[in-house]
Amino acid sequence: MHVTAIDILILGIYGVMVLGIGFALRGRMQNSSEFLLAGRHIPAWTAGLAFLSANLGAQEMIGMAASGAKYGIATSHFYWVGAIPAMVFVGVFMMPFYYGSRARSVPEYLKLRFDEKTRAFNALTFAVMTVFSSGISMFAMGTLLSLLLGWNIHACIVVSAVIVLCYIALGGLTSAIYNEVLQFFLIVFGFAPVVYLGLREIGGWQGLRARVPEAYMHSWTGMGSAATNPLGVEWFGMLMGLGFVLSFGYWCTDFLVVQRAMAADSMNAARRTPLIAAFPKMFFPFLVIVPGIIALGLTMNGVPLLPTAAAGGYDYNMALPMMMARYYPAGLLGLGLTALLASFMSGMAGNVTAFNTVWTYDLYQSYIKPGQNDRHYLLVGRLTTVVGTAISVGAAYMAMRFNNIMDMLQLVFSFVNAPLFATFLLGMFWRRTTGHGAFCGLVAGTAAAAGHYQLTATAGGGSLVDKLAVLRVYPSDMAQNFWGAIWAWTACFVVTILVSVATRPKPDAALKGLVMGLTPHSDDSAVAWYLRPALLGIVVLACTALLNVIFW
Amino acid sequence: MGMDLRLPIGLLFLTYGVLLAGYGALRPHDVQGINVNLIWGGVLALFGAAMLFLAERLRRADKRGAPRR
Repeated sequence: MHVTAIDILILGIYGVMVLGIGFALRGRMQNSSEFLLAGRHIPAWTAGLAFLSANLGAQEMIGMAASGAKYGIATSHFYWVGAIPAMVFVGVFMMPFYYGSRARSVPEYLKLRFDEKTRAFNALTFAVMTVFSSGISMFAMGTLLSLLLGWNIHACIVVSAVIVLCYIALGGLTSAIYNEVLQFFLIVFGFAPVVYLGLREIGGWQGLRARVPEAYMHSWTGMGSAATNPLGVEWFGMLMGLGFVLSFGYWCTDFLVVQRAMAADSMNAARRTPLIAAFPKMFFPFLVIVPGIIALGLTMNGVPLLPTAAAGGYDYNMALPMMMARYYPAGLLGLGLTALLASFMSGMAGNVTAFNTVWTYDLYQSYIKPGQNDRHYLLVGRLTTVVGTAISVGAAYMAMRFNNIMDMLQLVFSFVNAPLFATFLLGMFWRRTTGHGAFCGLVAGTAAAAGHYQLTATAGGGSLVDKLAVLRVYPSDMAQNFWGAIWAWTACFVVTILVSVATRPKPDAALKGLVMGLTPHSDDSAVAWYLRPALLGIVVLACTALLNVIFW
Repeated sequence: MGMDLRLPIGLLFLTYGVLLAGYGALRPHDVQGINVNLIWGGVLALFGAAMLFLAERLRRADKRGAPRR
């Protein structure tokens, strides 16, 4: 790709704009709640688009286009099954407890609902996880830019990290959220021409259909058995593993996204946040997956867009960059690169702001130095931005040196994440759940996920660790991952119930606002009908069901 | 709120739109028979202008003291 002066100018204007937003907000950061919680005055539509953007890292954009080229329309399961239902659930059913409890973070909710050890477990694992994942995506971004443009990878990493650091250190969570909305529009406008020009070249939707194997154009046909679809997983494992455990575990409990809704200006706005995000989310497959399929279609028909990978087969990760290189002249290329950079920054800022809040409130204020005045915690919040970014950069360099360690870490994180939703489900909807139950359940679920990984293998796939024994061989990594999550969730669910029954629950008075039955119903009768979360949820689900049918 | 987010979004996209469309008009480069810079620059400028218009309308309403949704 050849970058010219106008492309650099477009990138530069973007840099100035995001820093400008940080500067404009810096005067408002008078206390820790403004800095770390955005003062809880973000309007619903802003919080909603930020909720979506924080999840749209560059890895997601590149990775989903790659999966589109590798698996076809079936990749949309990650949206229509693996995201939308969970987004509706967190908005309609869980937000009343998160927002109503006035907890400042997800770990703090666990402390209020259960006890100190459950909070500490969640806060620690989450804090480590966020800085490492932002480091990994920083590394991925640096690699991509140096590969595409021949830029220096160190400069890419440091410059983008410093920009994110500046706008968060200046304007805190508000600045991150405002920039995420800006980034959302950049991502949409930056990638949309790829879809249009690609479809135009390949002869529209019908042309695309004619140029890729039939299985790539369906989301559900062939899901009856792992052998008859490109994902290598059957419908039950997909529905339960991805659609239930992993998706609900991420969208309903991950503070990175939930934080955006918790910053909303009212209970109604907080509940609508994930629902507003769900509308664009359901159409994202057209923006990110379709270019991947077009790249495959062109490659299979004499336009060698996808390069060959070292291990044989295509290098799918190049799908989106190669499409941009094909269609974007100087000018538009600058916009496309800005969109890529924007997606990276929004993902990283999401990690950094969530880390700030959890470190400052859940770890520092709770265990290291309690009882200080608010100015102290504001300062700690700002310093944490610097330290968190520095650790992320360190993690990026670690990823550069020791690829295996990072893969290993991500694997361990997946063990911790898988059971979480069982803890929240029981905690929010069954008042008998106890702190000991929740903690033992989480530990058991994590152990079950690790044990499952130890005892299973994938056909033809390598492994990061030596296996104790192989009891089952899955047809694909995805099937192993989904089934591991199902086992972890079930173990956590069962153990939490068993230990809870055997231990003493908190008195009802201590659970007000935290559990169903002891929390007043949110009254939506005062708001206009089109602002009611339940109705919006039904509309979102109906549209998603329709998309599934259309692309069956 | 302090800052209306529509303002920076509108400014950024209007700038990008004018820049791209201008560049496309001066140095036409057709992709698939379309001058993409010119057309897409126009779309971005329209979006940016619409955002600025909304921000301005809200600012005037605020000045008059009308209740904000």
